[in-house]
Amino acid sequence: MERLESVIELQQLCKRYGGKKAATAVVALDNLSLQVPAGSLYGLLGPNGAGKTTALRILCTLLAPDSGSVRVGGVDALAEPRAVRRLLGYVAQEVAIDKILTGRELLQLQGDLYHLAPAARNRRMDELIELLGMTDWIDRRCGSYSGGMRRRLDLAAGLLHSPQVLVLDEPTVGLDIESRAAIWSVLRQLREGGTTVLLSSHYLEEVDALADHLAIIEAGKVIAEGAPAVLKAALGGDRVTLRVREFSDADEAERVRSLLHDCAGVRQVVVNRAQGYSLNLVIEHDGVVEQLRRQLAAADLPVFALAQSRPSLDDVYLQATGRTLMDAELAVAGSRDPKAERKASM
Amino acid sequence: MTTTLPVPQPEASALAEISQETLALTRRLFVQLQRRPSTLVAGVLQPLIWLVLFGALFAKAPAGLLPGGISYGRFLGAGVIVFTAFSAALNAGLPLMFDREFGFLNRLLVAPLRSRSSIVFASVLYITTLSLVQSLAIMGTAALLGYGWPGGAGLLLVLVTLLLLVFAVTALSLGLAFALPGHIELIAVIFVANLPLLFASTALAPLSFMPAWLGWLAALNPLTFAIEPIRAAYAGQVSLTAVVLEAPYGQLSSATCLGVLALLAAGLFLLIRPLLDRKLT
Repeated sequence: MERLESVIELQQLCKRYGGKKAATAVVALDNLSLQVPAGSLYGLLGPNGAGKTTALRILCTLLAPDSGSVRVGGVDALAEPRAVRRLLGYVAQEVAIDKILTGRELLQLQGDLYHLAPAARNRRMDELIELLGMTDWIDRRCGSYSGGMRRRLDLAAGLLHSPQVLVLDEPTVGLDIESRAAIWSVLRQLREGGTTVLLSSHYLEEVDALADHLAIIEAGKVIAEGAPAVLKAALGGDRVTLRVREFSDADEAERVRSLLHDCAGVRQVVVNRAQGYSLNLVIEHDGVVEQLRRQLAAADLPVFALAQSRPSLDDVYLQATGRTLMDAELAVAGSRDPKAERKASM
Repeated sequence: MTTTLPVPQPEASALAEISQETLALTRRLFVQLQRRPSTLVAGVLQPLIWLVLFGALFAKAPAGLLPGGISYGRFLGAGVIVFTAFSAALNAGLPLMFDREFGFLNRLLVAPLRSRSSIVFASVLYITTLSLVQSLAIMGTAALLGYGWPGGAGLLLVLVTLLLLVFAVTALSLGLAFALPGHIELIAVIFVANLPLLFASTALAPLSFMPAWLGWLAALNPLTFAIEPIRAAYAGQVSLTAVVLEAPYGQLSSATCLGVLALLAAGLFLLIRPLLDRKLT
């Protein structure tokens, strides 16, 4: 594979919250390293609490790491934060909007904070208002905006100074479909225009649809990295989900499992209790499906549903971590200290 | 391999950039005030109520009680002006703290501000302007109540004094907004500092009225250093060198008072400056 130049380099970042007492400290980043190729749309995928936001906040000079280095476009972000701030656009997870200002006034303020000349700023604002479909409401006060409108305004603010690198933290969480589509389309256009985009997400389909590179982060570490297609192809095989009845029980599922386990071309059979005792199989090739049907018919078992698919990012995730993204989120939900994180994030 | 990005546009002069940032942040504060005028209305009404009620409370104070034999209402005006400006400046950190808690401050912190001092300058400009409006209302009302008027040169002295005091206290309050954990703690500090500093100053009573220990406190209190030059201006005395306060440790002129306030402003600004650049670990 060709060697791509990286525009963002995070080297061995460590960060723990909750400070001095080792017992109460939460490790957010554990030697996290990441290289984002110039011009790519890079997805940072991981469950809530994996350390995505912490990594992005360190990158954007909001937070100091305990150790490690951060370079953006060759500039050391810890030594020269202001130079890095000029290069970056940052769209935070919590939408930062002043309810009293109109959208246009917020963008004007943003322009002054980035030292844009008024004429250039106004031209750029008109472009972005058009691009993000904000014409109808940009002169209304932000307090009256829906979540999707706020997100779009926030994105416009991040893009106002035409940064070469745009960093977005969970840009579409909780958004309506229209706003999500608008944001996705802008991100794709940015990549076409040569902007490097780094976005974090815990939505598999978002990263799958947008990213040309991705890193899977869990517990503050990168555990897999590459292009989505390459990662999926590396897994090999097809996925089959099988239900003999709409609602099976454990005994029957186990009986089917042992029946199919030794079939030629079947690599793996797992009983998925969470999905009504359906069976998840990994098969070598298409022909195996016909063979499965014959086998079941011979044993006098019905087939309620049988679905075949190529490996998905969720399978990549499962392979890398040993659990699905949803399970990881549930496990992590109990182990965070939101109060300490909130304090550290301010 | 590393890509080196060209830095977007050549940097303008520091002064131009800092003015642009400061004016933009100041404009935001004034737009907020314009659309939420309750702050202004309450801010003008409250000192007038102070003036009327306190003036009435001590209206029957024995003649000759106060230095120069002036009426209590005449004595009180300077105290109310300074206390009003002081309270506004002490509260300057609150909007910033809410910006911090709502994430809006991050917008400022990820932006390449030439200097985060712009945040302080914007608040100082805003609160000084607001304090002047309040002071004019107080002075106008005081004049109507027959408590006198400081005159042209006196007004200039009022302006300079308030600017120095507001700068010092605003810097402190903004520093606290960066340093304290949240708005509850900041409100607690404001609450504890506000009224005691009023009572331990010469705003409501002269030094001669106080027990020795309180007199010492009042003579060291920055509010006193702002009150006495304004009080002298009210008495028609705008000379910078004339003695305005007989402190237990010596005589103070208006120039000394203003000098102390200027040192305090510079000192507090330098003290809190590192807090603005601190990355919250």
